[in-house]
Amino acid sequence: MSESRKLTRRQVLKGTAATGALSMLGNLEWIGQAWGASDKVKMGFIFVGPRDDYGYNQAHFEGKSAVAKLGWVKAFDEEKVPETIEVQKTMESMVKLDGAQVLFPTSFGYFDPHILKVAPQLPNILFLHCGGLYQDGKHPKNVGSYFGYIDESQYIAGIVAGGMSKSGKLGFVAAKPIPQVLRNINNYTLGARSIKPNTTVHVIFTGDWSLPVREAEATNSLVDQGIDVITCHVDSPKVVVTTAEKRGVYCTGYHCDQSKLAPKGYLTGAEWNWAKVYMDYAEMIRKGQTVPHLVRGGLKEGLVKVSNYNQVVTEAVRKQADAAKDKFMSGGMVVYKGPIKDNTGRVVIAAGKEHVQTDIWLESMDWLVEGVIGSTKS
Amino acid sequence: MEAGWWGVLIAVLGGAIRIGTPFLFVSLGECLTEKSGRINLGLEGTLVMGAMTGYAVSLHSGSPWLGVVCAGLAGMVLGALHSWLCSFQRVNDIAVGIAMMLFGTGLAFFLGKPYIQPSAPRLPSIDLGAWSEIPQLQAALQINALFLVGIVVAIALAWMLKNTAWGLKVRVVGESADAARALGLPVDRIRILSTAQGGFLAGIGGSYLSLYYPFNWSEGLSSGQGLMAVALVIFARWQPVGCLWVSLLWGGAAALGPSLQSVGITGGYYIFNAIPYIMTLAVMIITCSPRRTLVGVPHELTVSR
Repeated sequence: MSESRKLTRRQVLKGTAATGALSMLGNLEWIGQAWGASDKVKMGFIFVGPRDDYGYNQAHFEGKSAVAKLGWVKAFDEEKVPETIEVQKTMESMVKLDGAQVLFPTSFGYFDPHILKVAPQLPNILFLHCGGLYQDGKHPKNVGSYFGYIDESQYIAGIVAGGMSKSGKLGFVAAKPIPQVLRNINNYTLGARSIKPNTTVHVIFTGDWSLPVREAEATNSLVDQGIDVITCHVDSPKVVVTTAEKRGVYCTGYHCDQSKLAPKGYLTGAEWNWAKVYMDYAEMIRKGQTVPHLVRGGLKEGLVKVSNYNQVVTEAVRKQADAAKDKFMSGGMVVYKGPIKDNTGRVVIAAGKEHVQTDIWLESMDWLVEGVIGSTKS
Repeated sequence: MEAGWWGVLIAVLGGAIRIGTPFLFVSLGECLTEKSGRINLGLEGTLVMGAMTGYAVSLHSGSPWLGVVCAGLAGMVLGALHSWLCSFQRVNDIAVGIAMMLFGTGLAFFLGKPYIQPSAPRLPSIDLGAWSEIPQLQAALQINALFLVGIVVAIALAWMLKNTAWGLKVRVVGESADAARALGLPVDRIRILSTAQGGFLAGIGGSYLSLYYPFNWSEGLSSGQGLMAVALVIFARWQPVGCLWVSLLWGGAAALGPSLQSVGITGGYYIFNAIPYIMTLAVMIITCSPRRTLVGVPHELTVSR
């Protein structure tokens, strides 16, 4: 990560507090054209998987559905578009046939090389990518990116899980040890240990984003080890949640609300709130405002949320979780505040040092916090 | 209650049954098909189609068992289609199989779109572990009736192939089509029937995935289990009862990766997760020798001709 980028984000961070709802980072010289106020804003959404997967894609689809309800927006989408030349064709046809003014290719792998290839050919169209890949100065001017700090919700879910666990052992079924996943695991653990310092989190990496049989096996193995609250970071948490419910243990969800799948055991969950992002973008475009290149935010900015607590969650646990949530909402919460050790005993954040949510250092996380039983080594 | 290292053993035992059952059905289907002298690589597609059909029928009718039957019927149609196409002159069954695999999965994804989200009724389970006081063992021995059906089918198929006139006809067709024709046997019809029945079994295997374990309809559900079954049949030496043991072994191996991580063996999980595939490769290498022929291989198979 270059030093200049670090500086840019820091500077912008200062701006964020002032501008409020959406954090605007990077260069604001947006060349986006002003649409007439009477025209409909035409937004195209592209998903890598099915719209209704109880997971990542559904979360985006719910966002699209919310924005589509606005009378002055025309929103269309295409699902199951692979991260290949297919997505380039989809982007082009959305612009040329449907008249899209702004595209939201939501999958991580759409960015490079696909958006980077199509965007320069269609300079009047906005390409807003979900993920943290956009770099100022390096990428085309009509490209931007947006992403939410869902690990804040995971912190709250960790508090609820830790509070409701009788054994003090939580389970985490994860796909791959990449920074985003590790950050969720660490926040979950830190949340749980903030109220019960002896809590452990057992991690099982399945190796890929969608392996239903292995996810079910992982859940069963965790329950066999006496773990009584399970969560996950895979594409669709459906299998993990239903398997946990069948085994009679608690679970917390991810991506979107899975409470219908496990009415007894679904304590809470970390959810995206893309509706907020898409509505804000639509508003900006309608008003002909400059659209920022980078949009980031967590609970405070409304980009992520926490599922409603299950009725079994005790009053005391609710209070602890809500207290942390209030702290996030007021902007006064720093999760990565030293001293923090990793699970091999190495001090990763020295006492007195803190890394705020927007710190780029956190985006290259490759360690698991003390209390996690698992390894990032494959 | 904590299982510790026993947990690995319990997971392998439970996994053998939980993960092994769909392998059992698909490999039995493939075994019967290959005994008649055809290879059906399309069983991956059949498995996925069965999973989708079973889930959809269970959702609409409210009866998961009706879903299982319909999954079998869907598999039967795909199997019959495969063998009908193969019955034409100079049609290669491997090529048709790959086409059928893509067709089956594609069709299942297309028709299965509305079923990704809803929750269908699940197949009931039988508690074989009620005698035990250990909850982990009880959970591992919570099995589905389809597993028992699979055992019965394996034994019955072995007996029928060996002892009945029907079994003899299938084997003759599989050993030598010319001899079968000389005997006046309808070679194509026997193959079509065998492949259709094989497809029926594979379809049931698919419905086990979507209606019992892992109990979900999604596009990543099968991830190659139908193809693995073809290798299992070779490992099982074309013996139905062998298919049973091999499927259990595969299921147990697949459960090893996650369970080792749960007891704190956290390194090398990619290797542990790959154990079933490494085993497949090993079997292929061990069984492939230029100096000896395989025991039990039907001689009409395109790969052994």
